Amino acid sequence: MPVSFFLVLSALLFSIGVYGVLARQHAVLVLLSIELMLNAVNVNLVAFSAYLQDAGLAGQVFALFVIAVAAAEVGVGLAIVILIYRNRASVDVDDLSLMKW
Amino acid sequence: MNLLLFAQEHSEEVIESSKQGFFSDFMWLVPLLPVLSFFVILFFGKKLKDRGHSVGIAALSIGLLLSLVGFVELAAGNAAVEKSWTWFELGEHFHIEFGMNYDFLTGIMFLVVCTVSLLVHIYSTGYMHDDKRYTIFYAFLSLFTGSMLAMVLANNMMMLFVGWELVGVCSYFLIGHYWEEKENSSAAIKAFITNRVGDTGFLFGIFGLFVLAGTFNINELNHLAEEGTIGGTSLTIVALLLFCGVVSKSAQFPLYVWLPDAMAGPTPVSALIHAATMVVAGVYMTARMFILFEHAGSALDVVAIVAAITMVLAAILALIQDDIKRVLAYSTISQLAYMMAALGVGAYTAGVFHLFTHAFFKALLFLGAGSLIHAVHSNNMSDMGGLKDYMPHTFRTFMIGSLGLAGIFPLAGFFSKDEIIGGALRSASESHQAAAWIVLIAAIVTAFLTALYMTRACVMTFWGPFEGEHEPHESPGSMVTPLWVLAAATITVGFLGFPIIGPFQDWITVPGHEHHGFETLYNIVLPAGATLVALAAIGLGLQLFLFKKWRYDILASPFAWTYRLVENKYYLDDFYLKGIVRPVQYKLSAATYWSNQKILDGAVNGVAAGVLAVARPTYAVIDQQVIDFAVNGAAGLTGYSGGLLRYIQSGNVQRYAAFLFAAVAGFVALFALTS
Repeated sequence: MPVSFFLVLSALLFSIGVYGVLARQHAVLVLLSIELMLNAVNVNLVAFSAYLQDAGLAGQVFALFVIAVAAAEVGVGLAIVILIYRNRASVDVDDLSLMKW
Repeated sequence: MNLLLFAQEHSEEVIESSKQGFFSDFMWLVPLLPVLSFFVILFFGKKLKDRGHSVGIAALSIGLLLSLVGFVELAAGNAAVEKSWTWFELGEHFHIEFGMNYDFLTGIMFLVVCTVSLLVHIYSTGYMHDDKRYTIFYAFLSLFTGSMLAMVLANNMMMLFVGWELVGVCSYFLIGHYWEEKENSSAAIKAFITNRVGDTGFLFGIFGLFVLAGTFNINELNHLAEEGTIGGTSLTIVALLLFCGVVSKSAQFPLYVWLPDAMAGPTPVSALIHAATMVVAGVYMTARMFILFEHAGSALDVVAIVAAITMVLAAILALIQDDIKRVLAYSTISQLAYMMAALGVGAYTAGVFHLFTHAFFKALLFLGAGSLIHAVHSNNMSDMGGLKDYMPHTFRTFMIGSLGLAGIFPLAGFFSKDEIIGGALRSASESHQAAAWIVLIAAIVTAFLTALYMTRACVMTFWGPFEGEHEPHESPGSMVTPLWVLAAATITVGFLGFPIIGPFQDWITVPGHEHHGFETLYNIVLPAGATLVALAAIGLGLQLFLFKKWRYDILASPFAWTYRLVENKYYLDDFYLKGIVRPVQYKLSAATYWSNQKILDGAVNGVAAGVLAVARPTYAVIDQQVIDFAVNGAAGLTGYSGGLLRYIQSGNVQRYAAFLFAAVAGFVALFALTS
C-alpha cells in the first residue's frame, strides 16, 4: 500500500480531532478529540517508520512514547475536569471563561 | 596596619650601619598608637565605662615605653634609623615618600611629647571630670599627640607638613572646646587663621626647596645645603619662607597674637600646646633643618633678631597680665623666642636643650595653674592670693616650676638658659655679628623680666589674703601626681646638660661643631652672673609685689603711654583687626559684594533673560505643538488599538485554539507555497 493512504487517514483523523476540540462544549469530548489528534500523529509516525525502512524503529518507539504521554495527559486532564465539575457543577468549556478581561 | 607592615618589608635602608637597634625599627608605632587611640575613642569611647580616657593613657604609656627603649638603644651607640617607601609618584622626578627618621633629635622629642602628653591625659581625668564633651576631648588629645609625633618622625618635608597641619587643626578643635561662648570659638578661629598666614609661607618654602633641590627628604636637603649644591639668594629666600611657618606656629613676633587667646581652651590643652605638641613644632623644624638654615646666607640672623624682639616684648607683656594663664602664655612666647634665638646664633645644642627642659617646667606651671583654676574657679590672679596654705602640693610644685623658669640652680631652666646666653656671648665675641649682640642683650633682659613676672605671679597667687569667694581645696590625686612627676623632672633633667659631663651635648650635635671644653668665663662666671640677674629680679619682685615698699603710679607719670602701649599689647591686635581684618571685612567684602551684585549678577541675569527669550517660542511651538502632538498621538493610537485587540481576549479557550489552528494552517500554506 502506498504511504499516501496512511497520510490521508491520518489527516482525516487529525481534522476530526481539530473539529472536536473547536466545536464541542463538553470538556470530556474535547479531551477525547485531543486523543484523536495525537493518534493521527501516531499513525503518521508508524507509517513513515515502515515506509523509510527505519532500522532502529525510532518512529514506532516514538509512537509508544506519545501513547504513554497521552495517557498521562488524559489522567491530568480528567482530574482537572472532575475538580471543575465539583466546583461549578458544569463541565461546559464555554462557562470556563474566568480569564476573560 | 597590614599596609604598614607590608611596606616595612619593602623599605630600603638609606643609612648604612653596622649596628642598629632592634626597637628603633618600630618607632613608627609611637605615632601610630595615639592615632589608633583617636579612632577607638571616637567610635567606641562613649560606650566604654571610663568614657575613653584609659585608651589614650594606654596608647601613650606604650608609646613612652617604646620611646624610652628606642632612646636607650640610640644612647648605647646604635645608629639612627631612616626608612622610607614610596607613597606615590608623579612623573619621573616627583616622588612623595612615606618615611621615618629616628635619631637623637626625634628621640628627645618623642620622650618630651609622650611624657607630657601622658601626664596631661592623667591630669585631665581629674580636671575635665564633669565635662560633657569628655570623650571627644580625649579623642582629640590623642590625635593631637599622634600628629605631633608623626611630624617629629617624618623624614621628608611633605610628611612633616601633614603632621604640622594636623597639629594645627587639632589645636583648633581643642582651643574651641568650650565653643558655646563666642569668645572661645573666636579664639580658636584666630589661632587657626593666624597659623594659616604663616603656613602659606611654609608651604611655598617647601615648594621652593623642591624646585631647588628636587627632593623632599630632610637629610638630603641638609646634605645638599652643606655641600653647596643649593645655596645663594634663592636658598635664603626659601629658608625665610620656611621661617614664616615657624613665626606663626611657634608664636614669634609679629604673629604671636594667637597664643594668648588660645588660653580659651581647657588648661590641660594649654599645657600640651605650650610644652609639647604645638608651639615647639616650629623650633623643632628649625632645628631639623638647621644645617640648611646655617648655609642660607643671613636667614639665621633674621631668625635671631625676630626672636630677640619677641622675647623681650612678650616678657614685658607677661608682667602686666592678670589672667594667670596669659602670664604663662606670654612666658611661653618669650621662652620659644629664647630657643629660636639660640638656633639663630648657632647654639644648636643649647636651643634644643632649652626646648627639652622648658617642656617639663612649662607643663608643670600650666598644670599647676589648672589646679589653681580648678580650686578657685577663676583665671584671674586678683581672685586668688594666699593659696599656699590651702593647696600645699600645688604651691610647692608651682614654686619649683617658677624657679626652674627663672633659672635658679639646680633646676632645669638654669642649665639651658645659661647655655643659650653662653652661646650668644660666644657667637658675639667670636664672629662679631650684630645679631648675636642683640640676642645676648635681649636674653639677659628677658632673664631678668622672666624672674620678675614669675615672682609677681607667685606672690599674687600664693601670698597675701585670699580674695575668692568660697574656700579653695587641694586638687585630687589624679591632678597632683602629674605635678609632682613634672616637678621631679624639672629638678633632674637639667643635669643631662651639665657643662662638659652632661650627655646631652653628645646626643644633640651638628656635624662640624666642636664641643667646648671647660672655660672659666662660660662655665662659672656666666652662670653666676645669670643667677645674680635672676635673684635681683626676684628680690625686686618681692619688694614690689609682696612687701610693696616702692610704689610708682605709672599712669600719673609721663611714662603713662608706655603702660598704655603694653596694656594694649603694642596695638598689634588692633592693627590686625583695623588694618587687615576690618578692611577685608568691610571694604574688600563691600567691593566684592558690589562686583557680585552688578557684574556677576548682571551676567547671570543677562544669560537668564536670553535663555528665557529663546525658551518661550520654543515652548509654544516645539514643545506644545510638535512634541505634545507626537506624545499624545502615540498614547491615543496605543489606546485605540488596544481597544480593538481586547475583543480577541474572549476567555473562550476554544476560540483561542481556533486561532492557533488557523495560524498553523496559515504557516503550512505559506510553507507549501514558498518551497
